[in-house]
Amino acid sequence: MTEQEDRDPREDLSPRNEHGFPGSQEQPGGASLTRGDADELPSEVVEVAARSQWQLFRRKFFRHKLAMGSLIFLLLVVVAAFNAERIAPYAFDEINVTRANTPPTFADFHFFGTDQLGRDYFSRVLFGTQTSLRVAGVVALFSTLIGTLVGAVAGYYRGWIDSVLMRITDLVIIVPAIAVLLLAAAFFGQGDPTRIAIILALLLWTPLARIVRGVFLSLREKEYVQAARASGAGDMRIMFRHMLPNTVGPIVVNMTLVLASAIIIEATLSFLGIGVNPPTPALGVLINDGRSSMQTLWWLTIMPGVALVLIALSINFIGDGLRDALDPTQQES
Amino acid sequence: MLTYALRRTLISIPIIILATFLTFGIISISGDPLQEIRQLPNITQEQIDNVRESRGLDDPVTVQYLRWVENIAQGSFGEYMISPRAIWPDIQRVLGNTMQLVIAAEIIAFVLAVFLGVMSAKRQYSLFDYTTTTISFIGYSFPSFLFALFLQVAVVQIFVRTGVRIFPIGNLSSANPGTGLSFLIDRIWHLILPMASLAIFSVASYSRYMRASMLEVINSDYVRTARAKGLPERTITTRHAMRNALIPTLTVAALSFGTLLGGTIIIETVFGLDGMGRYFFQQLGRRDPYPLMAWLTIVAIVIVIFNLIADLLYGYLDPRIRYD
Repeated sequence: MTEQEDRDPREDLSPRNEHGFPGSQEQPGGASLTRGDADELPSEVVEVAARSQWQLFRRKFFRHKLAMGSLIFLLLVVVAAFNAERIAPYAFDEINVTRANTPPTFADFHFFGTDQLGRDYFSRVLFGTQTSLRVAGVVALFSTLIGTLVGAVAGYYRGWIDSVLMRITDLVIIVPAIAVLLLAAAFFGQGDPTRIAIILALLLWTPLARIVRGVFLSLREKEYVQAARASGAGDMRIMFRHMLPNTVGPIVVNMTLVLASAIIIEATLSFLGIGVNPPTPALGVLINDGRSSMQTLWWLTIMPGVALVLIALSINFIGDGLRDALDPTQQES
Repeated sequence: MLTYALRRTLISIPIIILATFLTFGIISISGDPLQEIRQLPNITQEQIDNVRESRGLDDPVTVQYLRWVENIAQGSFGEYMISPRAIWPDIQRVLGNTMQLVIAAEIIAFVLAVFLGVMSAKRQYSLFDYTTTTISFIGYSFPSFLFALFLQVAVVQIFVRTGVRIFPIGNLSSANPGTGLSFLIDRIWHLILPMASLAIFSVASYSRYMRASMLEVINSDYVRTARAKGLPERTITTRHAMRNALIPTLTVAALSFGTLLGGTIIIETVFGLDGMGRYFFQQLGRRDPYPLMAWLTIVAIVIVIFNLIADLLYGYLDPRIRYD
């Protein structure tokens, strides 16, 4: 009878694991499932199940053509942007007045044209993309860390942390987030990319915290969590070894959302002149630079603008592909 | 129903107070409200000290904040730091202009999104569905300031090429807007581009919600019953399915009203409209806490009012909802 009781929660768990397959990837063999007292259950069975979840995910994601195309595009952009020093035909601040106001052309590699000072816009966009991606990456990383931690603690312990979190979310509903961002960026940003990234991370973690809290609220009542607690696992172990792997799906999807919105918000702030300050190139800075002459030298606005939209769009498509692939209700496709 | 709505409104009062206190604290601690005065030509240290003293800038932040609250209680948002001019008349003027923009954008976004969402749900996986989905993804990924700039470029290029001025790319009115109906038409003409830029994100987001909730409703038992008893498809969609599918979308729209108001900061700055958003951005550059505080308070109150309206609308749309 006890054997039976031990078995049930795990069997109950295996389908749920598909939310957590990247997690079980990091902890091979579905560490969260097999650890400890899993002797009764042949561990191979669980391992196979975990791997097939990963395969299932991969198959579904690869079939999502837009997401796959976006992933390839984004990888190319990331590699190009972070190797801008090597790839870019010119330095981002290299002035050459003899070549000023060139429209986009293949001659001399001025693919995106040049501005009034003859600076090459292809190079500037490459370097600008690097700055923008770096800011967005830091924002996604830190806001995910904060959001996961706060959401996990709030959902697991409830109590005052939970109430404080919910009040903060209420606050966000009543005060426009962009106004708070602008205030913070204007007063603390000082045009520094790192500071801007920290400010964005400190303000963008709340949606994820709510999501993680919701998942944890329902997971904490599950049998496998009770079983873990009964077998003497500590709170930290239950939260981060048992419950977190089953939350990885929503966290990863949310990370793509934050990445895309961080790029857009940073560009907006830089465009308004309170994000990244020139001469540091960022996509928003470049768009703002081109704005004064956008009617004649249209490429100065359009080129960095289109780059910005394409990057945000590809990240959103990847997020959509991930969401579909992680969704257990779309099993049959 | 009414008591529920009122209770929610009362709950938001402490949140507004907390928000204003935090903002006041941040602005007072980190900014220099006298920055602008210092830059004036022919200003002496004595004059600066006079302003500093008369405004009580040396008092602790809590004391300054309480003084601000006292002013609010007397129905005044105080005066600008740089000149003894009241803030409220300015806010009053820009608030009216912004409300025209935001309410029009919200209504258009909502109607368009409901239409798109219903149509793509009814023709799931059709070409129309895929097209709307893709467009809504582009809408998510297009920063509104960039969309506004592209619109401006397009309109001016058309003007340069053909000599036809489709839309103005700035200002709220022409030099001689006239009165009555011609003023109204002139205003709408000026607001179309800003409205489109403001609404694009909302259309993208609301239509996704509408599609999802419509799909859910279409496959429910009561809709099948309606179809089985031979009701025409149009009646099923509009009277039965849509009515319930509207509820989640309405929630999202009501909760996004703040986002839309925040969006005016960018749009009004790009189009040079004399509204709340541009006002906020201008005052932000001056580091003067009082107009910023007035802005936040007014915006918070407006958002609370709109959430209240949404609450009341649910009750009307869905008689199942009982809030006690």
